[in-house]
Amino acid sequence: MTPTKTGFANSLWNFFCSLKLTIFLLIGLSAASIIGTVVPQNAAPAQYAKIYSEATVQLFNALDFFDMYHSWWFILLLYLLTLNLVACSLKRLPRDWKIFTAPTVAMDEEMEKSLSLVRHCKMPGSSAKLRDMLGVFLTREFAAPVVTGGEGRYYLFAQKSLYSRLGVYVLHFSIIIIFIGAMIGSYFGYKAYVNIEEGSESSVVYRRTASAGQMETPEQIAARAIDLGFTVRCESFSISYYDNGSPREYKSVLSVIENGRTVVDRRPVIVNSPLTYRGITFYQSSYSPADDPVFHLTVRSGKDGTGRKITARHGERVSLPGGSSLQVIEYTDDIKPFFPQLSGPAVRMAVMPKSGETQILLLLKNYPDFDLQRGGELAFTYDGMDQKWRTGLQVAKDPGVWIVWLGCCLMVAGIFMAFFLSHRRIWVRIENGRVSIGGATNKNQPAFQIFFDTLTDKLKAM
Amino acid sequence: MSSSFLFNVATLSYLVSMVVFFAFLGSRNKTIGLAGSIAASFGLIVQTAAIGLRWKESYDLGHGHAPLSNLYESVVFFAWTIIFIYVLIDFRYKYRAVGAFVVPFAFLGMAWAQLGLNSGIEPLVPALQSNWLLYHVITCFLGYAAFAVACGVSIMYLIKSKYEVGNGNAKSGGIMSLFPSTKFLDDLNYKAIMLGFPLLTLGIITGAAWADYAWGSYWSWDPKETWSLIVWFIYAAFLHARITRGWVGRRAAILSIIGFAATIFCYLGVNLLLSGLHSYGGG
Repeated sequence: MTPTKTGFANSLWNFFCSLKLTIFLLIGLSAASIIGTVVPQNAAPAQYAKIYSEATVQLFNALDFFDMYHSWWFILLLYLLTLNLVACSLKRLPRDWKIFTAPTVAMDEEMEKSLSLVRHCKMPGSSAKLRDMLGVFLTREFAAPVVTGGEGRYYLFAQKSLYSRLGVYVLHFSIIIIFIGAMIGSYFGYKAYVNIEEGSESSVVYRRTASAGQMETPEQIAARAIDLGFTVRCESFSISYYDNGSPREYKSVLSVIENGRTVVDRRPVIVNSPLTYRGITFYQSSYSPADDPVFHLTVRSGKDGTGRKITARHGERVSLPGGSSLQVIEYTDDIKPFFPQLSGPAVRMAVMPKSGETQILLLLKNYPDFDLQRGGELAFTYDGMDQKWRTGLQVAKDPGVWIVWLGCCLMVAGIFMAFFLSHRRIWVRIENGRVSIGGATNKNQPAFQIFFDTLTDKLKAM
Repeated sequence: MSSSFLFNVATLSYLVSMVVFFAFLGSRNKTIGLAGSIAASFGLIVQTAAIGLRWKESYDLGHGHAPLSNLYESVVFFAWTIIFIYVLIDFRYKYRAVGAFVVPFAFLGMAWAQLGLNSGIEPLVPALQSNWLLYHVITCFLGYAAFAVACGVSIMYLIKSKYEVGNGNAKSGGIMSLFPSTKFLDDLNYKAIMLGFPLLTLGIITGAAWADYAWGSYWSWDPKETWSLIVWFIYAAFLHARITRGWVGRRAAILSIIGFAATIFCYLGVNLLLSGLHSYGGG
């Protein structure tokens, strides 16, 4: 920053201040980022072996291509970009600082030459009178001016959107804020998951790591466990569907128990509506059956017609009155895709008489008389099923996330200030009935020129 | 009247507009240029109505949602944003020749959507049931459209500058006289990117906010996220390169075209060629 630096420090400083470095880093980061979108990241070794030759795997491993965005060289590029933008901001700060703290308020003849927009006109009246009149005019048409000078020679200076010059600093600073937030998140937060069966609970969650999901010993899994300090209970899990069979909603009803007290009672958690407790957020992420489903059936013997309720687990052989038995083979929540004229849940089951051939029956929940029409010795109805689910929750703790959002807000504000606002300045010099007006903007010259021309025309018309 | 019919009318209008703009380049007749603009504006109005009608139709089906949920709807919206931004520029500057290089993007998008994509109105899957969908998609696509305009203008710049180099600046006849000056094209390229960059930034931020709310992670280096960052880096490089001397004109035009190619890859390539979290993958 100062010219007294040694040669090396100076050239290092210049290196980090250079816009060429910025452009190189931005293009370099884009090109490097492509790698990680083509090479699968953090996949299982077996998967890599399938895609790449052994030599390629070794090379990619050495280059950290399999976890590219966390590799030392990618992080280095991000650090260099940060250093670069800090250095560039520091370099231009003194010049802008002066514009803020000690603006040029008097346009003398020398300074006038540096302005591209200057008009002169003759106006009647004393300098003091012109000064007051122009002060009112500028306040009305542009902004309240600062008046200096004296003894028949006066200077007026007015400016608008001075703070827009801060935009570029705010924008660059916001990137650093976002990085800080991301670092806080990665040091003090975690990404984890937990699977909880309906009706049961967990007070630990499991950290997601690159090796998660691969063959692990119980000790390895235990090493990833994080104690929540409270207990999450899955009261229930359910799925609902649209008419066309696509999923409408996955819902876990969760309760939180802390020190034996229920602090969150039966809060539904769906996708796009997570539950946060003590800075830890639970997201609906996946589900799986916890158990074989249990089917509820009614069996009537053809003679008397009195029904008897029976339950059968999927695949389980259940004895029936009269010595025969049944077994549910398959089931569906909706028969429509198979028989478009029918709808609702259905089961297919095998009925095995004491002797003779096994019969395969289809039962429909929405049509209880369906099997009666078969006219068999036994008639069945399908009353419904119970499926015990296990909900899969994504668990995240990120104390840095609010800093990231703060950074994002600053970024939007900075972009708005830097892109769409311009610092516009007007100078006036009054001397011997001669009025000189100069104008300058740091951006959008054509629009300012139109404004400047209109302003001076108005003045001349006075 | 169905939204599908109106979309066909809009597509046809863009085809007419494109052909008329080409004829305008050939004939240099100002009335023909005006006709091209009118056709594009008419198409925009019809398409706006069609999008509104499709929105209503989804409510009639019992699972109403904004028509921004799958590949078909996003391509249609992309075409709409391109024409929207083009019509704004046309009103402002009245350089009709720009239409010949911008309207084709919208026409190709609409033709692909109407002929090659599944246009059924599907209910929203749980992951998309969020207001963030609206903010995220609208900001992203307005940004993409601004980049499309910048790309069209940059192609014009390259053609015009090549001609100027070949013939000197003296002669002003031929099609080239219809092209705005290279200075104007360069400036318009810059202005379009100045508009697109903030919108893309908002699109990335709203996407990150939504990802955090839905999945618990605002950034996970998913291919879509990464490609949006690549696009952001390229245009950031463009804006910084402009501050230094020597990166205006030809080099800026080429960087703008590369930026739009990356944008299209981010939008379509990632879904069609790579895997990721965005729902309309594979169309």
